[in-house]
Amino acid sequence: MKPVFTYTKGMVRTDTSYCPGCTHGIAHRLITETLEEMGMLGKAIGVAPIGCAVQAHKFMNVDMCESAHGRAPAVASGVRRVHPDKIVFTYQGDGDLASIGTAEIVHAAARGEKFTTFFINNCIYGMTGGQMAPTTLLGQRSTTSQDGRKKEQAGSPIRVSEMLATLEGAVYIERVSLASPAHIRNAKKAVRRAFEIQQTGAGFTFVEFLSTCPTNWGVTPPDAMKWLIDNMLPYYPLGVYREPTSEEVAS
Amino acid sequence: MSAQKLFFAGSGGQGIILMGQMVTYAAMFENKQTTYYPSYGPEMRGGTANCTVIVSDREVSSPLIYEADCLIAMNLPSLIKFESLVKPGGVMLLNSSIITQKATRDDIRVFYVPTIDIARELGSPRSANMVMLGAAVRATEVVKQETIERVMREKAFTGKKAETIPANIKAFEYFKI
Amino acid sequence: MSAQSANEKVLLKGNEAFAEAAIRGGLRFYFGYPITPQSEIPEYMSRELPRRGGVFLQAESELGAINMAYGAGAAGGAVFISSSSPGIALMQEGMSFLCSAEVPLVALNVSRGGPGIGGIQPGQADYFQVTRGGGNGDYKIPVFAPASIQEAIDLIYEAAELAETWRNPIMIFSDGIMGQMMEPVTLPEQRPFTESDKIRSAKPWAITGYGDDDAQKNVVKSLRMQPDELEAHVEKLFAKYARAEKELARVETIGIEDADVVFVAFGTVARITREAIDILAERGIKAGLIRPISLWPFPYDEFDKIGARTRVVISAELSMGQMLEDVKIGVGKRLPTRLIHRTGGMIPTSLELADSAEKIYKEAIQ
Repeated sequence: MKPVFTYTKGMVRTDTSYCPGCTHGIAHRLITETLEEMGMLGKAIGVAPIGCAVQAHKFMNVDMCESAHGRAPAVASGVRRVHPDKIVFTYQGDGDLASIGTAEIVHAAARGEKFTTFFINNCIYGMTGGQMAPTTLLGQRSTTSQDGRKKEQAGSPIRVSEMLATLEGAVYIERVSLASPAHIRNAKKAVRRAFEIQQTGAGFTFVEFLSTCPTNWGVTPPDAMKWLIDNMLPYYPLGVYREPTSEEVAS
Repeated sequence: MSAQKLFFAGSGGQGIILMGQMVTYAAMFENKQTTYYPSYGPEMRGGTANCTVIVSDREVSSPLIYEADCLIAMNLPSLIKFESLVKPGGVMLLNSSIITQKATRDDIRVFYVPTIDIARELGSPRSANMVMLGAAVRATEVVKQETIERVMREKAFTGKKAETIPANIKAFEYFKI
Repeated sequence: MSAQSANEKVLLKGNEAFAEAAIRGGLRFYFGYPITPQSEIPEYMSRELPRRGGVFLQAESELGAINMAYGAGAAGGAVFISSSSPGIALMQEGMSFLCSAEVPLVALNVSRGGPGIGGIQPGQADYFQVTRGGGNGDYKIPVFAPASIQEAIDLIYEAAELAETWRNPIMIFSDGIMGQMMEPVTLPEQRPFTESDKIRSAKPWAITGYGDDDAQKNVVKSLRMQPDELEAHVEKLFAKYARAEKELARVETIGIEDADVVFVAFGTVARITREAIDILAERGIKAGLIRPISLWPFPYDEFDKIGARTRVVISAELSMGQMLEDVKIGVGKRLPTRLIHRTGGMIPTSLELADSAEKIYKEAIQ
């Protein structure tokens, strides 16, 4: 009988440490499955963040290292200098990337670093226990914005994709969602596109995954998907924010 | 003591650093032990500039000095500030084209060198520091005069600057024995 | 001035000599951020490394630089970084990380006065920062303090090998005087740079992309969530550090067997002290010197060689008695210890050192 589904070699056959209903697992699989399909698993080097995905190297079957909070883009810049012919990526959450690591991500993008960053935006700090993130929506409750985020006190959420798209070195930026099968199919296309553009050497590539955190949002997994669609999509519109020009890809 | 400690002082743009480095190179060419230490004022240009050069037959211990065998003062503030640094019996050379004041010490040898006037007379006003270097090397015999000329050719004035060598040698040799 | 061939004497400014020694040591990757008084190093590297098959990258901050260094080191590259005191402070996050992850690195601190922004003049007040572990957790970094440009060149060159052998950062602790001074030096031969495709066989632990599908993946990490696992890891690191304490301690001594007073000084201060010893000799006081070349491991055993004639041991340093703590450990209860210090960028002359030491000695024999 012909198998209709096989587990990707890109994922280690083990239980993940993620909560039930969390979309980290989906993002992991999209990335590693794509690498496998491209025949690039053995050529990939990943950099894990601080946050829930700190142990992503236990689940993704590629060479990986950990990095200190927010520093993954600097670490990947170093990795890439040593191995200019490999596929390099960072995997970072919104506290790691959009708060403590803003300098590193902005400058890696500005330099046009030839790696891909996968950005998990779930509007909250996960691992440390549901604190307000730079991406937490106005009015959203967290353990450090217990009456809801207030603009006058904490400012407005950062739209990272739009911000990075202003930098010339960032040649491919797309925001996708993991809230429905259709969204996930699109997300996988974005992953593939990012890796392919990385291989051309055109510059920095970035995929933002709108993700869920049922545990810290305090909702069930199905409700989390609905919350994402109802609340996150209006503030964080999906789409391609930067596409490389034909000259950029050719050079 | 087998070590000679020279202190060059003046303002930025007077070629202080170059003089110090040329003596250091010359000492190296003569297989002597040597150190060069620059100290600058806070400004990049136009501030005070000075440097310490030590030339010795044995390993140089401290690269910094509390007394100098020879002070080369290219402007008045340098004379005022560093005259006391010269050890008794030491040498002081003053750029008398600029410094109209006389030395106050009578326990040291003092040479008044009108560097700019001499350089003008030689037709190369920019070589004033080489006039002073020639005087200092003659007064101290810290290195051989011909070694400085080798430094000019091999280190100090290479590439485009090579065309200035004849004028600089002329200025440097003004006080040649 | 450009690089010369080996064995020829060249006159180099300290900072340029440090950079050239790193390149010749085979340290192919440099990540840096400008900071006085060592900015000539990134400038030199930006010019020389790309021409010679290496990589220079100016980071967005010292945090960026140390983490680029970690990434390149984890990927198997031979890496050099440099900074000065406040910049080294920012790098401590990475230092701790590299030690735990056992990633090699050669780091240079051209130190200046502190605390805070402090000043830009020379200092040694980073002694605790570099010898005690400036970052979080239990770890050690071997620290070497050269006293001449030639010694700095030799130590940086050797550190490139030591970092690999010990799989740990190695720190070179210099100061702004050495960075700016010039001395004639001899440069060592260029060690070949390791090509990227040769890294996996040379460093089987590095993250390089594992190649064939059947190969084992590598992970470079420092997180250990289970306390027993973390404890075992730290114990393993400290077994390594215990070996390093035996094998890496370096010291130079002058006349300590029959000295009236013994100085302890490192780096530039040790050179000033040598001259102070000559001045004291003219005054009939015999002084000796212990010059730690390694600050960690500190050469405590050398203090046992201080002879019976010695009345006092003096720590001479450009800080408020930071090294004095190690001197006290070395001396034990045998002898009194005293401090001669300048700080904030002030440097004592040999005459000041001699005068202070003479006063201390006379008090000690009363």
